[in-house]
Amino acid sequence: MSVTKEKIQWIRSQISVPEGKTIKLMEVCGTHTMSIASHGIRTFLPREIQLISGPGCPVCVTSQDDIEKALILARKKNVLIVTFGDMIRVQSGHDKLENYNNVQVVYSPMESLKLAVQHPDKEIVFIGVGFETTAPLIASTIIKAKKNQIRNFSTLCMHKTIPEALKLILSDKNSSIDGLILPGHVSAITGSQYFGFMEELNTPGVITGFDALGIMESIYLLSQLIGENKNSILNNYQSVVKKQGNPKAMKLLKSVFLPSDCYWRGIGEIKSSGLKIREKYHQYDAQEKFNIDDLHIDEPEGCLCGEILMGKANPLQCRHFGKKCTPSQAVGPCMVSSEGTCAAWYKYGNR
Amino acid sequence: MPHGINMEIDKISLTHGSGGRQMHKLIHEYLVSQLKNGILEKLDDSALLDNHKSGKLAMTTDSYVVSPLFFKGGDIGRLCVCGTVNDLATSGAEAAYLSLAFILEEGFPLSDLKKIIDSISQTALEAGVKIVTGDTKVVEKGKGDGIYINTCGVGFIPDGVHLSTYNGRKGDLIAVTGPIGNHEISLMLTRNLLTFNADIHSDAAPLNKYVSRLLKLTDGIKTIKDPTRGGLASALVEIAENSNCEIRIEEEKIPVDKDVQAVCDLTGLDPLYLANEGKYIIVCSPEAKEAVQSIFSNLSFMGEITGFQEKGRVLMETSSGGLRKIGMLETTQLPRIC
Repeated sequence: MSVTKEKIQWIRSQISVPEGKTIKLMEVCGTHTMSIASHGIRTFLPREIQLISGPGCPVCVTSQDDIEKALILARKKNVLIVTFGDMIRVQSGHDKLENYNNVQVVYSPMESLKLAVQHPDKEIVFIGVGFETTAPLIASTIIKAKKNQIRNFSTLCMHKTIPEALKLILSDKNSSIDGLILPGHVSAITGSQYFGFMEELNTPGVITGFDALGIMESIYLLSQLIGENKNSILNNYQSVVKKQGNPKAMKLLKSVFLPSDCYWRGIGEIKSSGLKIREKYHQYDAQEKFNIDDLHIDEPEGCLCGEILMGKANPLQCRHFGKKCTPSQAVGPCMVSSEGTCAAWYKYGNR
Repeated sequence: MPHGINMEIDKISLTHGSGGRQMHKLIHEYLVSQLKNGILEKLDDSALLDNHKSGKLAMTTDSYVVSPLFFKGGDIGRLCVCGTVNDLATSGAEAAYLSLAFILEEGFPLSDLKKIIDSISQTALEAGVKIVTGDTKVVEKGKGDGIYINTCGVGFIPDGVHLSTYNGRKGDLIAVTGPIGNHEISLMLTRNLLTFNADIHSDAAPLNKYVSRLLKLTDGIKTIKDPTRGGLASALVEIAENSNCEIRIEEEKIPVDKDVQAVCDLTGLDPLYLANEGKYIIVCSPEAKEAVQSIFSNLSFMGEITGFQEKGRVLMETSSGGLRKIGMLETTQLPRIC
C-alpha cells in the first residue's frame, strides 16, 4: 500500500461524527469538486459526512445573458473570440461558441495580445470568466495592451468574486452547511485573511489544496472544528497560501477592476460580487466598445443548476440529469464545465 | 529532390491529380521509388496478392486527418501505417499488405509530401508490410487541409487465433503495454493548445511483430485492443460492455510518464481519456501472464475481470483508496479555467 493511501486511511480513522448528527461540508471550488469525484473520496468517507458542491465553478455561474453576449460578438464579422476552453460548449438557445470558426481556445489571456498583433484587421475579444484567480491575469493583459497601445483588443468582463456569494449562501435561513472547504487557488491570490468574514457567519472553513490527502486532512480538521463549535478559519495549504496572499496580484486586480453588482446563474443578482473594468481602461471593455445592452434571458426550464450551486439540491434531483442533459448535450452549465457538479457526478458516478 | 517534376512550382497543383504526365511523374518519383516492391511496381489498377496461407483474412481501413502533420515522435505518414497495422494485429492478424490513398490540397509543398512518404516507407519497413496499391487525388486550394491519407490493410490470421472484445471472462487479467497519454499531449503541445515547454513524444509505433510473437507463445490471449481516440477508459468500457463483465483496475498500476502527468495536473486533463498510437490493452488468462510479460518490457498488469455484469462496467480503485466509475469519453477534453 502506498504511503498516501496509508495516511488517508489513518486520517479517515480519526474522523468522528457525534451520534445522530450529519455534517454537511461545502467545497467552494470547482477544482475541489473534480478532485473529490476523481479520487472517489465520497466512497470512503463516513456516511454522516456529506460533501456539497458550491458556486466556485466559473462556467457554472455564468448567466445566460453573458453567454448570449459572447455569441452576439461571435456573430460579428471582424471579431475573433478568444476564450478558455470550457466556455465554448455552454448553450444559449440552440447556439454555442463551439459553432463558430472565429473562436479560439487559449490557456492564457496574454495570448489574446499576440493574436491582436497578428490580426490587426480583426477585433480580438477575450471572454473574461473566472474568480480572483484569473482576474489578475486579465488585469495584467489589459495593462499591457494599454502600454503597448494595442487598440484591437477588449474583454467581455464576467468576473466574479467569492465572498458575497458565500455570505449569501451561509446567511440563507434554509442553509444547513456546517463548514467550508475553501479554495486553494483563490486564497493563494487573496491571502487567508480574505475569509475572515466567515467567523461572523458562524461557519468554520479550511483553506485546502487539491490532492486527496489535503482534502481528507481538511475534512478531518472541519469535523474537529464543528465538534468543538469553533468558527475558525484554518490554512491547510500553507506551502502555497500566505496570510497576505499575493499583494502584487491583488494590486493588479484593484488597479483595473472595480467591485460591481453581478448576476449569478441560478442564484440571481448579488451586490458587489462582480468586477467591472475601471473608467481608465474603458476602451478595453467589450460591452462598451461594441455597445451591447444587458439582455434578460430566462434560464432553461426545469434546470436545477441554481439550487445545485447553492448546495440545496444534488444532480440526481434534477429531471434533466443524465437524460436531456449530458456532457455532450448539456442543458445547464453545471454539466458543461469539467468542474461542474453535474459533470462530476455524471462522469464519476456517486454513492 | 527527384528530378523531372517542375521544381519552379514546388507545390502540389491540380495537374498532379489530372491523370496525365505530371501525375505519373509524381507517382513514380515520389511514391514507387520510395515504397518499391514487386506488387506495387506493376502499377496496375488492382494489386494481385498471394493467398499464401490458410485460415482467415483480416481487412481494415482508416483515414488520417491529423493536425499538425508533423509532431514530436511522428507524423501523419508514420501514423497511417501504425494505425492500420495495429488495427489488424488486434484481431491477431499478421499484417501483410497496405493500400495508400492521398487526398492532396492544391499548394501542398512537395517537400512535405516527400517527408511524409519517407516516413511511410520507413514505418512500413519497420512493420514488415508492403504498400501494394494506391491512389492520388488533388482538391482545389481551400477544400482540404494539406493532406488526408486513407489506408486499407490486409493480414492473415493464424489458425486457432480468435481475439475479440467479446471474449473477457471472470478471472482474466488486464494489462496495458506501456505509459499512456503521450500521443495526444504531444499533439496538443505542437498545436500550441498547451503552452508548456515539455519534451513529450508521440508513442506512434507498429506493434504487429510483438503480437505475432506473443500469439506463438501462448493461447491464453483473449482480447487485444488499442486505446486510441477515447483513451484507455473508453477502450476498457467497450471490452466490459461487449464481454458483459465488470472490470476493476488500480489507478496506481496505470503507467503515466511524469511529464505527461504534470501537464495533466496543470490543465485538468485526464490521462485515462488521452489518445495513444502505440499501446495495447491485453486481456488474458492468468496462465498467460508470464508470456505477456516476456514480450512487452514496459507492461503493467493493472486490473482484472471481477465478475459478470449484464451491461458491463469499469471501476477504478483510486490511488487514495476510493472507488470511481470509469465511463466512455463523452466530449473532447478541454483545459480548465483555473
